Amino acid sequence: MPDQVLYAIEVTLNGLMTGVMYSLVALGFVLIFKASGVFNYAQGVLALFAALTLVGLQNGQVPFAHVINATFGTNLSTFGWHLPALLAILLTAGIMVILAIIIERLVLKHLVSQAPIILFMATIGLAYFLEGLGDVMWGADIKKLDVGLPQGISDTIERVTDGWFGYGFFIDNLDIVATVVAVLLVAALTIFSQYSKQGRALRAVADDHQAALSVGISLRFIWVLVWSIAGFVALVAGIMWGTKSGVQFSLSLIALKALPVLMLGGFTSIPGAIIGGLIIGVGEKLFEFIMSSPDLAGAWFGFTIGATENWFAYVLALLFLVFRPQGLFGEKIIERV
Amino acid sequence: MELRNITLRFGGVVAIKDISFDIRDGEIRAIIGPNGAGKSSMLNVISGFYIPTEGEVYFKKIKRGPMKPYEVARLGIARTFQNIALFDGMSVLDNIMTGRLTMMKSGLLSQAFWYGAAAREEFAHREKVERIIDFLEIQNIRKTPVGRLPYGLKKRVELARALAAEPKLLLLDEPMAGMNVEEKEDMSRFILDLNDEFSTTICLIEHDMGVVMDLSDRVVVMDYGRKIGDGTPDEVRNNQDVIDAYLGVAHD
Repeated sequence: MPDQVLYAIEVTLNGLMTGVMYSLVALGFVLIFKASGVFNYAQGVLALFAALTLVGLQNGQVPFAHVINATFGTNLSTFGWHLPALLAILLTAGIMVILAIIIERLVLKHLVSQAPIILFMATIGLAYFLEGLGDVMWGADIKKLDVGLPQGISDTIERVTDGWFGYGFFIDNLDIVATVVAVLLVAALTIFSQYSKQGRALRAVADDHQAALSVGISLRFIWVLVWSIAGFVALVAGIMWGTKSGVQFSLSLIALKALPVLMLGGFTSIPGAIIGGLIIGVGEKLFEFIMSSPDLAGAWFGFTIGATENWFAYVLALLFLVFRPQGLFGEKIIERV
Repeated sequence: MELRNITLRFGGVVAIKDISFDIRDGEIRAIIGPNGAGKSSMLNVISGFYIPTEGEVYFKKIKRGPMKPYEVARLGIARTFQNIALFDGMSVLDNIMTGRLTMMKSGLLSQAFWYGAAAREEFAHREKVERIIDFLEIQNIRKTPVGRLPYGLKKRVELARALAAEPKLLLLDEPMAGMNVEEKEDMSRFILDLNDEFSTTICLIEHDMGVVMDLSDRVVVMDYGRKIGDGTPDEVRNNQDVIDAYLGVAHD
């Protein structure tokens, strides 16, 4: 095979892997949107907060150390322990559930039957609050997250593809793990929402609050459940992104990349979030590859452009908004007059 | 079921004013009255969607404190809505299955780890639901998403969902509104059969006088939030206040 084609295949594979990471974030949005009709602006920050807490717990960091030190003149920084990764993950998951309960108590409970825009505004407030809280609790420095996931280039794949094509593909082990985790997560969520009693209740709440109440579903319980699940998905996304690029506050910005994914896939579809993520991942990598290569774009158009990855997703989303606003898999909303 | 001296106010507006009546086990009780008389509000008080400003609600001889609608539903009071509240995205079958949520016992973890038990439970509930589907003659639309159904069938699915909860008291808010004669006859037949065969206690609101008088054992008549008549259809028909409310009074 010619080199260009092999490059393109490698780029596509890498795009798929990146796409999975986008999908993980988008999933959290879809879950909450489906269950409560709220676009949760705080989803990205939720992932950041989960990752910060995980690192903090793992390294035995004292929460609010800066505040305590400044107030009492102490010099605390760590408890001096190092928790096993699995224990730290379980504890963080527990904290995300507690956070869901607090959010329901303090915010959502008071906004029942308000317009969606009000709830959206509330989640913006929540995002800033959580970002600040994460900062005060765990400090603003960039942290390394290592929960024992394999990292680096996969030797096996490089060797095998080298044997086949005489050209070894570079694929990150972590991306492979992320893909497996995403598949498991989506399978679990699908089984949960289609076949469990709570899943059915969740879909019922998403459809009609009044009717849900009339068949004996507690809205508050469902909301706590949904936000817990979203918190859990955020934790998974936080682990993956944190391992990939370190736990830093720009992590909350990955939520922005989830927006075009959602516009492509539709806000109400879990498969949509996955496929949207993959399309964006592959699309932006391939587009970048083609447009920046002197042999391709250079030869075809007479010019090359770089750094298209930054805007490709948004332009694609914009086109979708014009021609298919409900996304690929979203529900077309028709209001009868 | 008994309601004593119920008053419901929204700010300065009095929707229900000092109304008392009871619903006996196994009877069909109708609430009628002109538009805006407070009938739906009354039904909302019984089903817990509104909490009365004053007065007491007794269910099974026990006084009921202020309760959330979902708690009331778990007590065994099921209802339908005037303007249909179904889960449009789900199939007819799933919609009816939600009616059984109050009766499902297995928790989240047991469902995840003891697949057998959860599957058995699901199966048992499916059987009950199938019986209701047969009873209401909606076998052929079992898998159809509810959003695609015509109005009359939606009403029937909503009734099926309420029945799935095996309610001790069934509240129907205008079950026949907007139906043609044939559909009304079907619905009347279902209501009577329910009452006969399963001795379900039913409380319904309806505008069609002919239907109300044929179906119900006893009727409450409301006007401007007050009760102006209560008794068997014949008694109510001959009550002067009721005649005035419906036909109007000549001012002279």
